[in-house]
Amino acid sequence: MLEINNLHVKLEEEDKAIIKGLSLSVEPGKVHAIMGPNGSGKSTLSYVLSGKDGYEVTDGDATLLGEDLLEMEPEERAAAGLFLAFQYPVEIPGVGNMTFLRTAVNAQRKARGEEELSAGDFLKLVRAKAKSLKIDADMLKRPVNTGFSGGEKKRNEILQMAMLEPKMCILDETDSGLDVDAMKLVSEGVNALRDAGRSFLVITHYQRLLNHIQPDVVHIMADGKIVKTGGPELALEVENNGYADILAEVA
Amino acid sequence: MALPQAKQDTTQARLSALALPQDGGWLGAARDAALGRVRAMGLPGARDEYWKYTRPAALTAPKAGTAAVLVTDEAPVFDAIDRVKLVFVDGVFDAEASDAPELAGVEITQLAEAGAADIHWAKDLYGVLEAAGQVPVERPLAALNTAAAEQGVVIRVTGKAAKPVNLIYRHVSETSDAMMHHVVRVEAGAELTLLENGPAAARLNSVLEVDVADDAAFHHVRAQGRDHDRVAATHIFGRLGTRSLFKSFTLTANGALTRNEAVLELTGDDVSAHVAGAAMGDGDFHHDDTVFITHDAVNCESRQVFKKVLRNGAVGVFQGKILVKEGAQKTDGYQISQSLLLDDDAQFLAKPELEIYADDVACSHGSTSGAIDEEALFYLRARGIERAEATDMLTIAFLAEALEEIADEALADDILSRLESWLLRRRG
Ligand SMILES: Nc1ncnc2c1ncn2[C@@H]1O[C@H](COP(=O)(O)OP(=O)(O)OP(=O)(O)O)[C@@H](O)[C@H]1O
Ligand SMILES: [Mg+2]
Repeated sequence: MLEINNLHVKLEEEDKAIIKGLSLSVEPGKVHAIMGPNGSGKSTLSYVLSGKDGYEVTDGDATLLGEDLLEMEPEERAAAGLFLAFQYPVEIPGVGNMTFLRTAVNAQRKARGEEELSAGDFLKLVRAKAKSLKIDADMLKRPVNTGFSGGEKKRNEILQMAMLEPKMCILDETDSGLDVDAMKLVSEGVNALRDAGRSFLVITHYQRLLNHIQPDVVHIMADGKIVKTGGPELALEVENNGYADILAEVA
Repeated sequence: MALPQAKQDTTQARLSALALPQDGGWLGAARDAALGRVRAMGLPGARDEYWKYTRPAALTAPKAGTAAVLVTDEAPVFDAIDRVKLVFVDGVFDAEASDAPELAGVEITQLAEAGAADIHWAKDLYGVLEAAGQVPVERPLAALNTAAAEQGVVIRVTGKAAKPVNLIYRHVSETSDAMMHHVVRVEAGAELTLLENGPAAARLNSVLEVDVADDAAFHHVRAQGRDHDRVAATHIFGRLGTRSLFKSFTLTANGALTRNEAVLELTGDDVSAHVAGAAMGDGDFHHDDTVFITHDAVNCESRQVFKKVLRNGAVGVFQGKILVKEGAQKTDGYQISQSLLLDDDAQFLAKPELEIYADDVACSHGSTSGAIDEEALFYLRARGIERAEATDMLTIAFLAEALEEIADEALADDILSRLESWLLRRRG
């Protein structure tokens, strides 16, 4: 599904390397988790994969289902099936959440040569999905993320994911800021989407999320690289002992 | 004090090129008085403080310049709205193209006819609000209009008008020079929505005097056409009585030069007065909103919301003032002027002012100028929305606060669709 090979990334504006030779392969239907200390480059990786400006790839490559991701515009990556649930979802005053969702769904359908959803069908779909995430009608009417609480923003990300049905979902700390109940809701939302043709890359600091969304593989990222890969037990080890032992071991 | 020679010359040259109406009667007297004001003030010049950001030369020249007539198959603004249409072609009333001026609770007379009749209320209004609006800042183009305009409508509203009155301004001749002066009196408890649309002429000088009596409501929505070369100076003078509502919104898309002035005097308590505008400029476009709101009563609220989208060398200007007079306690004054610069060539100049002589007031003002929010743009694109469409969505979002000032939903939707088409035509 997602193949990252020896990826090197620096900031465009300054001579600062952030991703330093990262390789990763997520197979279809699998859930991979990435854990790692603050500042290790996890969000940067998610931004580079989704096409944000400001970064320069100096070496390596990344493909989604065999297509060169790095050559595509952000919207093309989305249409190709990539989705990033942002660590910090952006507030967009003046753009209604509903209008935004419908425009996004139809833009992707159009890009893939599919028919646009009728207003009626769209409404039905969004209402059903919003309900399961306990997102009320008011939140759908309000401007995108504007004045949403931290947890509401994260649920809104998952709603977008559910509506867009991407193939490769990157979740950047979707659990942070969620209360216990919201964490369950969000996890259920994610689990409902799990299937053989869809993969997940879950970035998190806490093992707790991985109790709900069980990963197949856990990676530890430090200083721009994957330094250790293992099974779910690796997350437990981090939870109990922190990163010191792992980092010492690979140093 | 004698006027500078250059000002005298400009004024004399302009007046000489006009055939001033010689009608006598009450209208003649009002015109004569206005002519006196013009001579005393002189027409605006580039050195005038109030014209610091906008060159008045094209507006004061003896003759109108040339402006190509835009040919389009787009349906005119407000076409789908049920309304009474009054058509002016190059600033001249066209009775044949117009609806019969019949609407329950609304008396509509052409200015040309009103002068011959003894319409006492119009006598108390024509040129009167304009004259009052010359202090503390002079607006000579408005006085020139009072002195010389022969076209316009005189409207008295005695009830709640069932539908809007729409003044439609067609531009047909490439060198037309139009002057229109409208007078509206909304009697106590009455309501009117006035619509204006179209470029009017190669050059337009228009004045609208509106007297909104106690408990009356006046809604005004205006679209200034899409012609590129036309120039215009417009003035709205409003006098607002106790508990009255005044709401004016202007859409300006294109136009080489536009100066829209709004001068409102809140004379009764508990007034709500809103003036808003959305301006879209691409290339040879200079748009100036100049607003002066005077609070002279207790517990009034005023809002100024002006948004400009500028690209490709377009220039936006905002001069807005809230004057709170002594004793105008509990005033709630709000003023925002913002521009969205779509490239590095566009320019926005703003001069927001507050002058307050009462102590129990809440006034706020803000002015910003910025580009499209890159974070928001990326967020939309990351969801699959193409850059151009995402940019347009953010542009419309930027304009939203101004659009919200249109109370009627059908009118707001019509204006919104014009903004969207304007943007769509410019997609690369
Ligand atoms: N645009 C930028 N300008 C300057 N520094 C940046 C920029 N983007 C990322 N960095 C730096 O790159 C490093 C990696 O940041 P990144 O946000 O990817 O870390 P992270 O692993 O997601 O951290 P966290 O766990 O705190 O979310 C940090 O040191 C950060 O300050
Ligand atoms: Mg991060």
